[in-house]
Amino acid sequence: MISDRLPTLGAAPAEMPRGRRLLTRALARPSLPALVGLLVVVAVFGVQAPELLTSGGLASVLDAAALLGIGGVAVALLLIAGQFDLSIGVLAVASSLVTALLIEQAGWDTWPALLVSFGASLLVGLVNGFLVVNTGLPSFLVTLATFLVLQGTSQAGVSALAGSVRVTGVDEAPGWAAADAVFGATVHLGDGRFRVSLLWWLGLTALASWALWRTRFGNAVFASGGARRAARQLGVPVRRTTLTLFCLTAAAGWLIGTLGLVRLDGVQVGAPGLATAVDFIVVAVIGGCLLTGGYGSAVGAAIGALLYAVARQGIALAGWDPPWFQAFLGVLLLVALLANAVVRYRLKAVPRS
Amino acid sequence: MTGPVEQSAVPALELQRLSVRYGSVHALSRVSATVPAGQITCVLGENGSGKSTLVAVLSGLRRHDEGQLLMTGEPVHFRSPQQARAAGIATVWQDLAVAPLLSIWRNFFLGAEPTRGVWPLRRLDVDRAREITVQAMARVGVTGLDPDQPASTLQAGARQSLAIARARHFGVRALVVDEPTAPLTVGQQTLLLQAIVAARSQGLAVLLVTNNPRYAHLVGDRFLLLAHGQVAGKLTREDVDASDLMRLMAGGEEFSALTSALTDLHSELGER
Repeated sequence: MISDRLPTLGAAPAEMPRGRRLLTRALARPSLPALVGLLVVVAVFGVQAPELLTSGGLASVLDAAALLGIGGVAVALLLIAGQFDLSIGVLAVASSLVTALLIEQAGWDTWPALLVSFGASLLVGLVNGFLVVNTGLPSFLVTLATFLVLQGTSQAGVSALAGSVRVTGVDEAPGWAAADAVFGATVHLGDGRFRVSLLWWLGLTALASWALWRTRFGNAVFASGGARRAARQLGVPVRRTTLTLFCLTAAAGWLIGTLGLVRLDGVQVGAPGLATAVDFIVVAVIGGCLLTGGYGSAVGAAIGALLYAVARQGIALAGWDPPWFQAFLGVLLLVALLANAVVRYRLKAVPRS
Repeated sequence: MTGPVEQSAVPALELQRLSVRYGSVHALSRVSATVPAGQITCVLGENGSGKSTLVAVLSGLRRHDEGQLLMTGEPVHFRSPQQARAAGIATVWQDLAVAPLLSIWRNFFLGAEPTRGVWPLRRLDVDRAREITVQAMARVGVTGLDPDQPASTLQAGARQSLAIARARHFGVRALVVDEPTAPLTVGQQTLLLQAIVAARSQGLAVLLVTNNPRYAHLVGDRFLLLAHGQVAGKLTREDVDASDLMRLMAGGEEFSALTSALTDLHSELGER
């Protein structure tokens, strides 16, 4: 639409025939490889696992995609601004743990507990952002450290406070019904159960897309990632933008955690490992975000999440061995990275001076 | 001809004993200078003489530690490049400050985007931004432009044009030009000099930072020579020709020798 388009080489675009110009535009959208991938995967699993296309299968796909997509959109914005966040997955677990412990152990009402865990999540985001902005350390390493700290603390903390790795019984707390309506409502269509998380995902994607393309904040995000020096020279608030984005990913982590907490009426602290941490980045990269920043889209991340979910559910429904999903994901990531490399190459091919 | 006289009485920009330190290193040390409206003041100096720091201070990127920066007699202290731009000082940066992946109109307004609506719904005024970009680019000679194309699609020289058009749009009182480091073709140089001369005839105070004396002498009215963060000489067009400037650039010592010699001849130079 605006700059999510590759430079057209050679002849000036105005001299191109209209049809060719539209084609060039379409080919240059960051979300295009993900869209093609999505169509291929839907076609393959539509044959291999026809249940996928029933309302039940659709509901399970969209449910998986929603949680991934919420994180993926936030991470996509951060990637566009040239930063990484590995801590979002573990923050989801840790923040829901805080909520659950405040309700279960301290006897708090639901909403104050949610509010406090939200504040704690924002604090983690602020610390991440503050460290990145002020030390100049790579955000990959800073958030890796945050990931380890949160992971260790939540596992040790839950055993010490609750005596087990599972906290339940939160659904008797005052205010739970209201929280359930906001974060856990479901609607049955056919034999599928569609959850409210879907609306959160779509709403956040639309909001992020609007903010990226139509606000000063969005311009600042693109410029911070694509040309940080130029952005600073022109007075774009690069530091403030980066801090805000780290808070946004932290808030997305809290939302994912809360959606899970309300759905399961409890929280279990497992050992998710780095895989969950990387999932969101994979989704954003498949969606067309450049790892070097300055390029990508929120819609692309949403399509990436959908592609991821279709592949996972499809492999399960087709009765393949689950490890095949990992192999498939690896291939997908490689293809996405190659597509991104093409983008970078085409950008470099344009004379710069 | 009373206009220019009045303007030069209160210069558009004035530096009074301005100092900038990086740690214990003085990047600029008690630099005093005036940049009058309607004239082109060239800043000449070797690499590391403090030219870039001077640009950074004038454009709001770096705050000065001591001394004063006056705009038409009023002391100013820019906290950000946005404030400097809002005050009417625009800069053409050495690296042109163009984000290659952003579209041309986004580049044009980067950091100062026009918006409409109130806060939660405040959004970019896209149509106006596109329109102004096309007009401003046409004024510097780039026509038939699709403002939605990324800036990386611009032909080599047109990036300079983008930076210049942006500076002309936002620089309503003063224009700071840090001479682009990328080698320029004759056509691009002409474009840059044209923009500079046009800004002068519009009555703007122009500060041209360069290390090319021939270039400076071609358009400059006044010359400020910097060496090791200090003022090594202040000259006017009547004092020197291009080869003088070239020789002065070569040796730091000659700066001060010639300045004192000139001050003996023209006593009014000492007051500057």
